[in-house]
Parts: sequence; structure tokens; C-alpha cells
Amino acid sequence: MKKKFLGLAAAGAMLLTLAGCAGGGTSAGESAGPKPVDQLVVGFSQVGSESGWRTANTTDIQAAFKDAGIDLKFSDAQQKQENQIKAIRSYIQQKVDVIAFSPVVETGWDAVLNEAKAANIPVVLTDRAVDSADDSLYESFLGSDFVEEGKKAGEWVLDEYKDSTEPVKIIQLEGTTGAAPAIDRAEGFAEAIKGDDKFEVVASQTGDFTRAGGKQVTEALLKSNPDANLIYAHNDDMALGAIEAIEAAGLKPGVDIKIVSVDAVKDGMQALADGKINFIVECSPLLGKQLVDIVKQINDGDTPEKRIITEETTFTKDQAAEALPTRQY
Amino acid sequence: MNALLLRTVSSRLFWPIVMLLVLVLINVIAFPDFLTVTVKDGHLFGSIIDILRNGAPTLIIAVGMTLVIATRGIDLSVGAVAAISGAVACSILLGSSDPGNPGTVAVAVIVALIISLVLGVWNGFLVSVIGIQPIIATLILMTAGRGVAMLITEGQILTVDSAPFKELGSGFWFGIPVAVVIGAVIFAVAALLTRRTALGMLIESVGINPEASRQAGVRARVLLFTVYAFCALSAGIAGLILTANQTAADANNTGLFIELDAILAVVIGGTSLAGGRYSLAGTLVGALVIQTLVTTVYTVGIPPIVTMVFKAAVVTAVCLLQSPTTNAAFAQLRQRLAARTARVKEAAAS
Repeated sequence: MKKKFLGLAAAGAMLLTLAGCAGGGTSAGESAGPKPVDQLVVGFSQVGSESGWRTANTTDIQAAFKDAGIDLKFSDAQQKQENQIKAIRSYIQQKVDVIAFSPVVETGWDAVLNEAKAANIPVVLTDRAVDSADDSLYESFLGSDFVEEGKKAGEWVLDEYKDSTEPVKIIQLEGTTGAAPAIDRAEGFAEAIKGDDKFEVVASQTGDFTRAGGKQVTEALLKSNPDANLIYAHNDDMALGAIEAIEAAGLKPGVDIKIVSVDAVKDGMQALADGKINFIVECSPLLGKQLVDIVKQINDGDTPEKRIITEETTFTKDQAAEALPTRQY
Repeated sequence: MNALLLRTVSSRLFWPIVMLLVLVLINVIAFPDFLTVTVKDGHLFGSIIDILRNGAPTLIIAVGMTLVIATRGIDLSVGAVAAISGAVACSILLGSSDPGNPGTVAVAVIVALIISLVLGVWNGFLVSVIGIQPIIATLILMTAGRGVAMLITEGQILTVDSAPFKELGSGFWFGIPVAVVIGAVIFAVAALLTRRTALGMLIESVGINPEASRQAGVRARVLLFTVYAFCALSAGIAGLILTANQTAADANNTGLFIELDAILAVVIGGTSLAGGRYSLAGTLVGALVIQTLVTTVYTVGIPPIVTMVFKAAVVTAVCLLQSPTTNAAFAQLRQRLAARTARVKEAAAS
């Protein structure tokens, strides 16, 4: 009996402390006005460092904030949502001015984002979106439009084969099944080519965004579809794997079988410059400058656009050769 | 004739082989040229060759895994060891002035394999000296190992341009893929060493009862060290093949989940996770089933979203068909049939 009572008392005490926390946060937030830029503190929680793309993303964000003279608190979640939630909570406790993060997964953010909202700290999403019914939980989402990337790839295909009357057989190398970029890049591409009957996606399999996956899938698909004309890969790594498989089949990548892909990482750009890939749609990790602009806007009391798309371009062989020497990632 | 049929059906390898043949048949129906092997640019070329080549890393790891499982152990760290091995080799090649030199490649390969061996000895130490349960002991390296590989590659995908190194993954010796040759050699060495000597029996005895084996004079501790070291060495070799195949060290993805494929290959092959009796031939069939399954998904054109379900269904079918309960049911059915035939014969005779 006595034990039970003690437990209750402890729980009550915890509740009191929690309420105290939330109260403190609100009062601090209300006094916010435009601060001098060099007094701003921004907390950023990164997904991890799983690829060259991600590393470039991290470096660019850190450099952009350093240039702007804004204090950036950086944490790496190592691909784990719980780490990211912990980081966001600690930013809330530190009463930073803006929290930015690239969500590891799409769901499960409502609780921690509500805490940030209660503490009056605006949240900016970068690169990846969250799936929440309540879009007042974040100020803005800065990142690529994957559907648009797929569309750009499809439009290049339309243009490349505009004079041909022969049917064009396409093999699609999908990204990880269920991942937003894989779904959206397939959707945008399908939309772009659906108007013309000569284009046919004869096979579409997942290569998990990896080189090994792209190679193995291409090996098998080239045997069951020896008359394929084009490969559309959802990222450069799978395209690089496909190149190896095409060469092993005694064909010339970029000539016998054309390749279009998305990302524009260094190795992919090299292959494009060498003529083994024909066209790459950029998916840029360099969004540091745009993120700084959003933070400044919020500080000035302006409302940034809810959806901001990263500035991105496309590359042909010559453009790739030109861009390669200065490519950061 | 009947007795032979009975023996075949009740063999542990019967159902896995049937499943393999069914998968091949499905492929042939979907793609008639499936079994065709041609010679292209002086080497063999065809779907079967792809299956053998892509299945080689899984087979190599599964051979090591079979011996570990026979000691009633398990090694979850093989995927991480494969990633570390690839990362070490690639960073050595990238750090050298002449990555295309066969000597440099030999150094890179040897260093990578020595490190793999050390990791295996570490696993063996945790299991046999400290006495940690194998699943926990190797779990440590499974989670930490990928981090180590990430540290070596600094989180980047390291692309190497080295012709001799690439040979390991996509080259050919006398027209046969190098990976297949390596796989065959490791399989043969393991089979000869454990089946032509008493080693295999000693490993099995440790798996069945370590304490009794020790009292009977079997050096259980040394044997455990050896199997974990061998398993990690085979993981290191597989990691080199995987890395060479994609000409890049990818610390995040190289050998990801390959421990599960390897364990599955062993189990499909009829070796019990409870230790003791093991079958290397079964593991070979198991590895082939897994790789053929992957290829089937591509040739038949199963949509990626149902791929996992399809694979699960096939594996479940194999495991159910192999299970002792199912086998007992089959045996009972056969007995009843035999009895009935006998009765019919008797009736006809009288």
C-alpha cells in the first residue's frame, strides 16, 4: 500500500515538472521579435551519413550557416527515429530559434512536433516530408520534387525518340519499394511518356537504390528482354550497376542501350561524361543557402512558402563534362 | 525400384531439389531461353551462369555458416564482416599510387582477409572463452561492424578503378566466372577437410553435447575458435567478391541481410539450427534455391511490391515440406497405401 502511494506521488511530481517545462517554453517564445542574425540559434537533425549525397547535404548546410553567421547545432541521427526525436527534444529544451530536420521516416512525428509548437519554435523540414494530417506542425518543407524529377527524365526520353516510329522498350530500375523517391519518380516518368503509345515499360523491378541491385536486376532483365532500348534508373548508383551488366552482355551502354537516371552524384556524372549514361536529372543536396533564407524569413516575422522546391537542373554529356571538375559530391 | 524411390523421397535433400527444379521450370516457361548457355567474348553467358555467379557469395558464407550452426552456434556478423573486408580492400587500393597493379591488389586482398580472420577469432573468443551465447556474441559485431566499415570508408561509397580487383567479381577463368571458381574451391575444401577427416564428426559432437565431447577428449574450445574464424574468413572472401562485382565499397549495403540468406540456405539444406548433423550438399542446394528465387522474380516479372510475399511463400513451402511432422505424415500415407496394395494383391491371389 505504502509503495503504491509512493509511486503515485512520484508520477504526480513528474507531471508537475513536465507542465513546468511546457510553461517555460511558451513564455520564452512569446517574447520573440526579429533578433540580430548573429544571435540566432538553429538546431538541425540530420538523417545520418549513408551516402555521398547525404554527406554533401550536411557539409553544404553547415557551410551555409557558417557563412551567414548563424549558430548551427548539428546532430546526426544515424538512421534512427528515436535519436532524431531525442535531438529535437533537446533543441526544444535549449530554446533554439528554429528547428530543422530531415525526417528518417514519414510517420510518428506528431507528438514531438506538437511539443515544438507548444514551445513556439518553428520547424522546417528539409529533403524529406512527414506524413501528418496537421500541416500547422511545420512552417515549411524544403526539398526536391521527386515527381518533377521523374517527369524531366520522361521528357528527355520523349525528345530523344521524337523522330523514331519504332516502339521504344524501357526497363525501369526502381528505388527501394515504398520509398517516396521511388514511388514519385516512377509516377512522374509514367505521366510524361503516357501520351505516346510507342513507349512501353517492358519490365520494372527494384534495385534498392544500390549498385549491386541495379547490376543484378539488369543482368536478369536484359536476358528476358533482349530487345530493350532504354533503361530508366531511379538513381545513379543503380545506373552504374546497369552499365556493368550491359557491358557484360557484350553491348555498349549509352549506345546500344540508352540510360537516363536521377541524382547527379560524381560517379554518375563521370559515366555521363564518358557517354555511358545519356542524361541525368539532378536531385541536389545543396539546399543550405535556401534553408538559411527560410530561417531569416521566419526571424523577420514573415511566413515562408509551405513548400519550397530545391533549385535543380538536368545534365547532358557536355554539361556533365563541364560540371565535373567542380562537383562536390 | 520402390525402395529406391522411398529412399529418395525421404532424403532431406528431396524437397529442396524439387523446389529448385520447379523454380527452374517456372523460369523456362516464362522465358524459354533460360537454360541456354552461349559463349560470348570467350566466356560463358546465360541466366544459369548469372545465378551461379550471383549466388557464389551467399554460398561461400553459407558454407562457413553451416559449420558454425553444426556446433549449435550462429554467426550474425557475416554481413558486417563482408562490408569491412570490402571497405578495407577498397581503401587500400584507393590509397595506393597504382591500384591497377596485381601486387597492390594482392596486398589489399590479403590484408582484408587477415582482418576478417581476426574478427572471426574475436567472435570465437566471445563464444568459447567468455561463454556468451553465439547469437548475442555475433550480434555485437553485426551492429558495430557496419559502423566500423562506415568509419573506414568515411561514410562514402568508395569507387575503385582496378582491373585485377574487378576480376574477382566479374572476371572469368577459362570461361568460368571467377566468383564461381572461388565458391567451388571453398566448398570443396570445406567438404574434404570435414568429411574426409574426423573433423566434421568432432564439430557435430560439439554441437550435440559440448560437455560430453570435452570429457571424451574433443577440444571443443579450439574447434569453436576454428569454425568462427573460418566463417568470418568466408564472409571476408564473399565481401571481396561483392565489392569487386560493383567496383565500389558500399559500407551501408554490401552484404546487407546476407546473414539471413546464408542461414536460410543452411536451413533449407536440412541442417538443424539445434546443431549436430549438417549437410554441405544441402547448403549448396539451399544457396541455389535462394538465388534462383531472386532471378525468378525478375524473369517472371513479379511486381516489386509482392516480391517479398512471393519469396516468403516459396520458403515457407520448402520448410513445411521438409519438416519432420510433414515427413511423418507422408510416411504414414505411404504405409497405408502399401498396406492397401498388399490387401488388394492378397484378395486377387485368393
